[in-house]
Amino acid sequence: MTITEIQQEIIDEFSMFDDWMQRYEYMIELGKSLPLIAEQYKTDDNIIKGCQSKVWVHAELEEDKLLFTADSDAIITKGIIAILIRSFSNQKPQDIIDANTDFIDKIGLKEHLSPTRANGLVSMVKQIKLYAIAYQTQLN
Amino acid sequence: MFNVSKIRADFPILNREVNGKPLVYLDNAATSQTPKQVIDVIVDYYQRLNANIHRGVHTLSQEATDAYEQARLKIQAHFNIAKSHEVIFTSGTTHSINLVANGFTSLLNKGDELLVSAMEHHSNIVPWQMLCERTGAVLKVIPMNENGELLMAKFDGLLSHKTKLVFCNHVSNALGTINPIQEIIQKAHAVGAAVLIDGAQASPHIKADVQELDVDFYIISAHKVCGPTGVGMLYGKESWLKKLPPYQGGGEMIAEVTFEETTYADLPHKFEAGTPNICGGIAFGAALDYMNAIGFDAIASYENELLDYATQELLKIQGLKIYGTAANKTSVISFNIQGIHPYDIGTILDKLGIAVRTGHHCAQPIMDFYKIPGTVRASFSFYNTKEEVDVLVEGVNRAKAMLL
Repeated sequence: MTITEIQQEIIDEFSMFDDWMQRYEYMIELGKSLPLIAEQYKTDDNIIKGCQSKVWVHAELEEDKLLFTADSDAIITKGIIAILIRSFSNQKPQDIIDANTDFIDKIGLKEHLSPTRANGLVSMVKQIKLYAIAYQTQLN
Repeated sequence: MFNVSKIRADFPILNREVNGKPLVYLDNAATSQTPKQVIDVIVDYYQRLNANIHRGVHTLSQEATDAYEQARLKIQAHFNIAKSHEVIFTSGTTHSINLVANGFTSLLNKGDELLVSAMEHHSNIVPWQMLCERTGAVLKVIPMNENGELLMAKFDGLLSHKTKLVFCNHVSNALGTINPIQEIIQKAHAVGAAVLIDGAQASPHIKADVQELDVDFYIISAHKVCGPTGVGMLYGKESWLKKLPPYQGGGEMIAEVTFEETTYADLPHKFEAGTPNICGGIAFGAALDYMNAIGFDAIASYENELLDYATQELLKIQGLKIYGTAANKTSVISFNIQGIHPYDIGTILDKLGIAVRTGHHCAQPIMDFYKIPGTVRASFSFYNTKEEVDVLVEGVNRAKAMLL
């Protein structure tokens, strides 16, 4: 599936819920299915700055696609990074660079996009894109 | 007679909803809300008085100057300050600390020692670390125990003829501990050290008497006492303020300027370069008027009731641990629930309309001491109610059910 298709799938899933509690409960569920980062990559270097909770993200290139793994010590943050990784993992670096993140707004998690939010969603997206740029340069 | 519903009617913001729920504002240690009596003063200033102060010959400038200087007198009276020129308007606590720390650059020598308490806000740590870098002075820490109380015996051991400065908060922002500042001041003075007390967190709960305390510097921010942000006070003993060099250069702070030499203005203007936050200063005075009309004894006794009730109810939640259990504390409760990140609890509480603070509260050394990433902090003001405590407890229970 393309990034846009996956994001649409996530939007469709979230549209089934009528209130925030169900959305958050689902997000927490998604957090549990997050492809966990290997312990050896859970280093201070891989911590994303700008989050109140700790978030580690690691990327590896497999053939021409990037695979992301991550973890967080806060469960809601884990849900957010799980949603991002589901959308961007197993994609070509150039497609990740070109993708947008409007879908976060559309699944009713808009508050997490504000720069004042301490969860650092903006920093997570930035880190994912930085990985994509780095690996794209390598591919070129 | 303390009438909380009458008081709540003074605060327009308490009527608003957040995420479809009535706002329950429990982040008072970060900033207090503003009563209409203070908002009216701000509006009136811009509608009737707005002018630059201190040198205008026209009526508006004179009236604005009078109002601003009246505010200085209100602050003077509130803290029982001996002379009005010992009241320096600043942009807030952080500015006040930086002003003093900067001033001490020329007064310290390599090897001099500065003592800081283990429970300081970053703003009462970093400016002093920068001062140490500039001067070669050494920063030493007064440790605390598990309850969040300073170990005064250790403090005694740290004091020596090398000690030049001691700084400590009156009340800890993260734990609520009321520190024994009278004792700290007396003991520091006995070895010839000056003492700076950060009164930011104490100011909404305790009316400090700087002469009785005999403190050298006492500082607060207006926005903790129902005033606006961007304005605060530095109290300094006249002898110290005369010794410290000016912090910022500019207009207002000079006597004579030529390209060869400039002479500085007398106190307080020496430390008040540039156009100040005039409206903020006037509103600061109005905020103190407002709180004094209610009375600090009444406020403290009501807030203690809220603290006791909230502590009792929160502790009924299994797995909940309170950080900061000093015998003497203000209405601040820092807590965690075992197995849950404070950020997660704060996020769910926000969805329920409850404003608390999560994180390290700009006091990372305290979090390191307890080996935790942060806490959830609920801080209560005199306009909060027991019903709001119940909403908080219910919210925490709900968050726990979702997150565990």
